[in-house]
Amino acid sequence: MSVIDQKKIRNFCIIAHIDHGKSTLADRIIEMTGLLTSREMQSQVLDNMDLERERGITIKAQAVRTIYKADDGEEYMFNLIDTPGHVDFNYEVSRSLAACDGAILVVDAAQGVEAQTLANVYLALDHDLDVMPVINKIDLPSADPERVKEEIEDVIGIDAEDAPLISAKTGQNVHEVLEQIVKKIPAPEGDPEAPLKALIFDSVYDSYKGVIVFCRIKEGTVKKGTPMLMMATGAQADVVEVGTFGAGQFIPCDELSAGMVGYITASLKNVHETRVGDTITNAERPCDEPLPGYKKVNPMVYCGMYPSDGAKYPDLRDALEKLQLNDAALQFEPETSAALGFGFRCGFLGLLHLEIIQERLEREYGLDLVTTAPSVIYKVHKTNGEIMDLTNPTNMPDPSEIEYMEEPMVKAEIMVTSEYIGAIMDLCQERRGIYQGMEYIEEKRAVLHYHLPLNEIIYDFFDALKSRSRGYASFDYEMLGYQRSELVKLDILINKEEVDALSFIVFEGSAYERGRKMCEKLKAEIPRQLFEIPIQAAIGSKIIARETVKAMRKDVLAKCYGGDISRKKKLLEKQKEGKKRMRQVGNVEIPQKAFMSVLKLDDD
Amino acid sequence: MRDRDLELYVHIPFCARKCAYCDFLSAPADEETRKAYVRALAAEIRGKKEEYKEYRVSTVFVGGGTPSILDGDDTARIFASLYESFRIRDNAEITMEVNPGTVTVEKLAAWKKAGINRLSIGLQSADDRELRLLGRIHTYKDFLETYEQARRAGFQNINIDLISAIPGQTLQSWETTLAKTADLEPQHISAYSLIVEEGTPFYDRYGQKENEESSGLLKRKQTEAWPPLPNEDEERWIYKRTKSFLEERGYHQYEISNYARPGYECRHNLGYWDRKEYLGLGLGASSLVNNRRFHNTADMDKYMKAFRTERSDTDIDKNIDKNIDKDIYEDVEELSLQDCMEEFMFLGLRKTDGISRTDFSDAFHSDINEIYGSQLKKLEKEGLLFLKDDRILLTERGTDVSNMVFVEFMF
Repeated sequence: MSVIDQKKIRNFCIIAHIDHGKSTLADRIIEMTGLLTSREMQSQVLDNMDLERERGITIKAQAVRTIYKADDGEEYMFNLIDTPGHVDFNYEVSRSLAACDGAILVVDAAQGVEAQTLANVYLALDHDLDVMPVINKIDLPSADPERVKEEIEDVIGIDAEDAPLISAKTGQNVHEVLEQIVKKIPAPEGDPEAPLKALIFDSVYDSYKGVIVFCRIKEGTVKKGTPMLMMATGAQADVVEVGTFGAGQFIPCDELSAGMVGYITASLKNVHETRVGDTITNAERPCDEPLPGYKKVNPMVYCGMYPSDGAKYPDLRDALEKLQLNDAALQFEPETSAALGFGFRCGFLGLLHLEIIQERLEREYGLDLVTTAPSVIYKVHKTNGEIMDLTNPTNMPDPSEIEYMEEPMVKAEIMVTSEYIGAIMDLCQERRGIYQGMEYIEEKRAVLHYHLPLNEIIYDFFDALKSRSRGYASFDYEMLGYQRSELVKLDILINKEEVDALSFIVFEGSAYERGRKMCEKLKAEIPRQLFEIPIQAAIGSKIIARETVKAMRKDVLAKCYGGDISRKKKLLEKQKEGKKRMRQVGNVEIPQKAFMSVLKLDDD
Repeated sequence: MRDRDLELYVHIPFCARKCAYCDFLSAPADEETRKAYVRALAAEIRGKKEEYKEYRVSTVFVGGGTPSILDGDDTARIFASLYESFRIRDNAEITMEVNPGTVTVEKLAAWKKAGINRLSIGLQSADDRELRLLGRIHTYKDFLETYEQARRAGFQNINIDLISAIPGQTLQSWETTLAKTADLEPQHISAYSLIVEEGTPFYDRYGQKENEESSGLLKRKQTEAWPPLPNEDEERWIYKRTKSFLEERGYHQYEISNYARPGYECRHNLGYWDRKEYLGLGLGASSLVNNRRFHNTADMDKYMKAFRTERSDTDIDKNIDKNIDKDIYEDVEELSLQDCMEEFMFLGLRKTDGISRTDFSDAFHSDINEIYGSQLKKLEKEGLLFLKDDRILLTERGTDVSNMVFVEFMF
């Protein structure tokens, strides 16, 4: 397909609530459009970031181009663009959607519409996408597709009459989805002769090719040699190669023209020069104004990230720089901790974003990390009139210098079935939520509206929500602004020494409870050592909770039978490995995961 | 050239019934299986003749399982092949593990004739209730009978195996066991602390604390049939009492769990701590030869296939193929210099008289301070080791937390 008829292109994404089957449907579409045989098919192609392909390039598979021969006998080019499904990534969803002309909405036939489904559909409608509903998991015994159809029509307000009833898992009726993509999702528009205007929706860094930009061409044409200009960053470079996305493969082609989705390389080496959401134009023949895609996103959640092995500090910096390339929201700056050494204070959109970055650093860059408890940005109004943004508890000024503090609030919508309303209201209450109202969207389902402090939901709110509603509640939030609050810094002392990396800021009324739980948690995490170790929580100089890790009395392997030394050695080696994952604070060894333990204070 | 010393370990993976704490490679089997195993074992032994002709065997240890479950003929057959295939020193220490309830006068005579000069008898406890709990097949009285028979048969070097920290055990019941044992004046006493191993009935009861707490009803039931394990403090009390008690009775401790009358330390076991070369024969048996550690397959079918013969013993030799024999080696590990140093430390320090700096420099041509200087200093400061002239020893506290000490020497 060298010259592509714009009318035969379909650019679309799949939006869904987590676990409603987005990835499975993507797999089926890729499989059934025939570019991959069943044998080649790797499960969950789109989610797999470890795919090492041609020339050793690791692809973060954000887009796949496949060819579909429709029932009308024509071949269509499908560009399936992946969208993150979580509320943390509203911005990322937004720029992925901007690259599409339509969206497939996948709804679970048993669970129906969830809060996130709503949020994502509204985002898609904001981008003028045609939304095409699909009801998945009809093979489940609890499936009730008719009810779900009604729900889509009532709650979301889009026509679900012809929604294909499918099982992405078994492949049942997926053919109908493919046909509807052809019929219902509009072909792209745009003038190939106009000045170049292309939206960057993702990018990856490759050591041979430099930055590889994933883009949607809105207007004009780009090919090898085109002098391109990034309109927001001002960076310029000549295009080296353009191409399209196979399944996990870069397929070079002559040019990309209006309506197409593909990649561009331009031997850009500086990862800061291309930003997702920026507009590419032709430096010699620029377009009038950039696409509205780019906005600077600000992190909501901060934490410290430290390499377990101090010598890996430069590696961590390099890895963060590379990740930042296709993650405009990730921010970081160097910081130092007495307990953890040199590391970075990193900013994220939310806790899930944090976890994903952490996992990618560990998995893709082979780094072993210690992460400190996440913190939101507090505004500290000092007595001298200064206002400071506090992202690291360690930097909190002395209480005598503080006039008052403010913390960020969110506006939360929680969708829940009626029997769990009480339990969820209790949860919101515990998390200092302020009830704003409730409405029934159908007989048995309601939306609860709350205002909640962000620092109450960044740890484990989502888990608590799920466990208290047996998985039936769903949740979405948006930022509301700052509100004055009584906050204190809680310090943790291990063996009488303050461990800076364990300090956190907490609502004064919750401080005792938190301090107590933190001490209990650390007691469970810190293995017994040769001497007794007191663990204390303190506000200023006042101790508010204490636990003790008793001294190790016995650690002996008495029996060593029949000369089986290897087994004994393996046990010692395992013990040694555990020791390596410890941090020495004073003369106490603290397991690295203890630094994350504040995250799970509420799981009982 | 001086002959190299070799220790032999021969494994008999059969027992009358599996004990509740036992995770060794052993199971009940019918007589036919046992006979077939002995044939295969004899074939394996004969296959080693050429490879080990330069060695002189200093100790033999027949362990299990319950080796005494074999009849006299089978034992004789195994030893015939050992004498035929290895050069065994005249003064070799030759030990057989024995369990009460499986010993007869005929067997004892056959063992004596086979050259066995040391018996290791598994008593474990002198308290019948504790024995039942452990799942032992015998009573204290059964043991006494076996012990007397062995003495009458002329065995002069006997070890008695004991287990401490049995569920429900008290310091008092343990002292009774120690007293009854010492009264018999065996030459050697092994007293191991019970370790709850995965895959045993004990593990199901005592392995996971969470399960224990899971249901109040279940917990009450457990306390009747399954009394609690002694806690750590009680266990250490028991351990310390063992040492002082046995010292009063003329037994000195020479290793974490072993006590002997002077001159009766188990040479075979000391060999393991001193990193002497040893060859394991039989199912799953471990070896250290030429700085390689390996063990035989633990898969009975595989083992039997490797040394199978349907014909008489005399034909076996022709069927031995060295390649087959290699196939049953598993987890072959070539020890690096660092591996050897680690082993030197964590095996040697188990002995009550510890390790010698001279031995270290003789073995590795470097001074121990160059390799482990900082660790030794730290551990001495923490009161876990003490350094006395040429020797380095665990302190009492160091013995309690010996794994924490050993880990320091791992690279």
